[in-house]
Amino acid sequence: MSDCHGCSVATLPPPAILSRRHIVAIVGPPNSGKSTLFNRLTGLRQKVANFPGVTVEHRMGKVKVEGGREVFAIDLPGVYSLEPRTEDERVTHDVLLGQMKDLPKPDAVLLILDSTNLARHLVLAAPVLSLGLPTLVILNMADDLKSRGGGVDVAELSMQLGSPVALVSASRGDGFDKVFQFLAGATHTAPRAAPLMQLPVIQDIPKCRAWAANVGSKGKYQAPAPPHWTRRLDAVFLHPVLGPLIFIVVVIALFQSIFFWAKPVMDLVQTAITSLGAWVGSLIPNPTLHSLVVDGVFNGVGSVVVFLPQILLLFLFIGILEDSGYLARAALIADRTMARFGLQGKSFIPLLSAYACAVPAIMATRTIENKRDRIATILIAPFMTCSARLPVYTLMIAAFIPDRRLLGVFLGMRAGVLLGLYILGFLAAIFTARLLKSTVLKSKRSSFMLEMPPYRWPTFRSLGLRLIDRSKVFLRRAGTVILAVAIIIWVLAHLPVHNGQPPEIGQSVVGMIGHAVEPAIKPLGFNWKIGIGLITSLAAREVIVGTLGTIYGIEDPSAKSAGLQQALQQDLTLGGAVALMVFFAFAMQCMSTVAVVKRETGGWRWPIIQFAYMTGMAYVCAFLVNKAITLWF
Amino acid sequence: MVYSGIGVRDQLQLAIEIMVLQEFDFAAFQLDTWFEMQMAVKKARQEKHHSPANTGAANLMELKHGESGILDRLDLPEDDARRLMELGFLPGHAITPGHSAPGGDPRVFRVDGSEVALRRETARRLILRPENSNNNAAKES
Repeated sequence: MSDCHGCSVATLPPPAILSRRHIVAIVGPPNSGKSTLFNRLTGLRQKVANFPGVTVEHRMGKVKVEGGREVFAIDLPGVYSLEPRTEDERVTHDVLLGQMKDLPKPDAVLLILDSTNLARHLVLAAPVLSLGLPTLVILNMADDLKSRGGGVDVAELSMQLGSPVALVSASRGDGFDKVFQFLAGATHTAPRAAPLMQLPVIQDIPKCRAWAANVGSKGKYQAPAPPHWTRRLDAVFLHPVLGPLIFIVVVIALFQSIFFWAKPVMDLVQTAITSLGAWVGSLIPNPTLHSLVVDGVFNGVGSVVVFLPQILLLFLFIGILEDSGYLARAALIADRTMARFGLQGKSFIPLLSAYACAVPAIMATRTIENKRDRIATILIAPFMTCSARLPVYTLMIAAFIPDRRLLGVFLGMRAGVLLGLYILGFLAAIFTARLLKSTVLKSKRSSFMLEMPPYRWPTFRSLGLRLIDRSKVFLRRAGTVILAVAIIIWVLAHLPVHNGQPPEIGQSVVGMIGHAVEPAIKPLGFNWKIGIGLITSLAAREVIVGTLGTIYGIEDPSAKSAGLQQALQQDLTLGGAVALMVFFAFAMQCMSTVAVVKRETGGWRWPIIQFAYMTGMAYVCAFLVNKAITLWF
Repeated sequence: MVYSGIGVRDQLQLAIEIMVLQEFDFAAFQLDTWFEMQMAVKKARQEKHHSPANTGAANLMELKHGESGILDRLDLPEDDARRLMELGFLPGHAITPGHSAPGGDPRVFRVDGSEVALRRETARRLILRPENSNNNAAKES
């Protein structure tokens, strides 16, 4: 490392302080394969730092390089230029210039560009190279470039740019030696020469583009043939009739599979948890401790963990739609409908990802340039049915909705009700959007520009990493919040102690709290136990399932083998059950979402309005539904 | 335009013959051939009506399927114009319309190696070079 004092642009300078790790920023235009590269480099040694409490909003991970050293990689939002106009671009801009709080200026940059569209992507090289940081220019999609008959002279391009260049395929892992060499600071390429091509004035886009074209042609860049497969697939997916039809079929298939494919795995998990609980319980002689572990912890946490397979299946589907490039087409198809509610197609992508979780969805609204559109999208995102609602819905549906066929073999009644709940959330969202856009957030129709990425096969690697990441988040929550709530509920259910005997659950502290709130929720058809669940679910929606698991487990320990479903069937009316689902469809029962809305809108005003509005709507609608069902049946 | 003049029945027969002859990569080939035939037929039909070059469309919205035009200027606010230029809509570049959402709005436009969807009102503000100046429309200085 010492022999290259200022000699190689490709070498990382030795760390100023030995303890500090090098930071490498990954920069690139949208759809250039940044995340694939990041996953390839870091593997499982990464975290999505996107939950409140964790301050950084981008993905960070460790890369192991030669000699056992570690380098920190940061995955920055995709940008076309370094002009900070959207929030996304501001994050990238600030990180690269060392203006991001709590994050030192990166030591080096990995600039990733799509080699199949190099002439245009090279435009971003001008501002990035002019930062003066050691930069490796990575030309991604090498396999695509080759198979479509394109090519580039890497050595020549490197001379032109004055920076090392690597031609890789991030999805297949080809050509990564050079990337790791760069990260290890081991490439002793040509001595630092000024780039042969003078960098252009970066504010002038036409000049930058001409510069890029010039660099490309000097680097003997041969543009590949157009992506025929993408054109062919678009002829189907964007067909005026087939396109929307396919979209509907995809959505229905998703809901059917959530019930049918996840069921055997869920049964397996259920059996495993029950037998594990019985086994652990048999090891504990003390009856009080036994009850805490079996009734409190295993019933409480276990009843939530069971839903992990379903949530993973949902994330798998959304991941496939996103990675394959179909989501951009869906946004295109949806744009006109979205425009009718005062929003734009770009809002569609955050809204669709809100079906997984509202927190990353709200952060994804940063790509929307129009401030009012962005706030409107943030405010309606929690109405989309997030995966935390799934445990509540599935529990209630399995307990109260008969397993009948609705549309022949295509759609069962249970899947139909689930689909209905998803549509209900969507309707509430567009109603709210309309309301907001015609009153407080009125703005003129904003422009919609969306690049259509070529279709690509989703890789097992990136899908797998998504699922592992999601499982971690889910299990962490089950192991912390839900575990804590389960223990607190169990303790409160056993207080106050009379003559060394725990009270009847209705007389316990939990019972007293429950009975205190019961008058407020009785009109909705809920009993006091649901009331406790509603209180605990303010932390996160799925906590109610854990809470009910604990409460019913304590109340009747013999019933735990029969399960929570049967207990609910005996304790709740159909009206109350449906009202509970409607309540969860609308209410904003999620502290993480409140926190992220506060951060993204920059104050308490919007989260408070949102919380009050959603809870009010939930209460009124649950009341009406309960009354209607009680009258009819 | 090998398949341009043939009817549906001939198309089918041809497809079957090709499928029978082709033993490898059966599924992929079948679909490939089908699309190529479709596109060839479509293109032939369009070419009867308009020439493939710029036919006097004043802006992107007026470009018909199969036509292309050279962008002259962006009649839009600074911010939107910059963003579009970053996406490839630079004066001097050729633009070809592609597929669209049901109803024709928004539409995908091919420009500078990528495909970008634009709403109707934006496409209308992207002004094309008039036909007669096509000769001096050298590609981007």
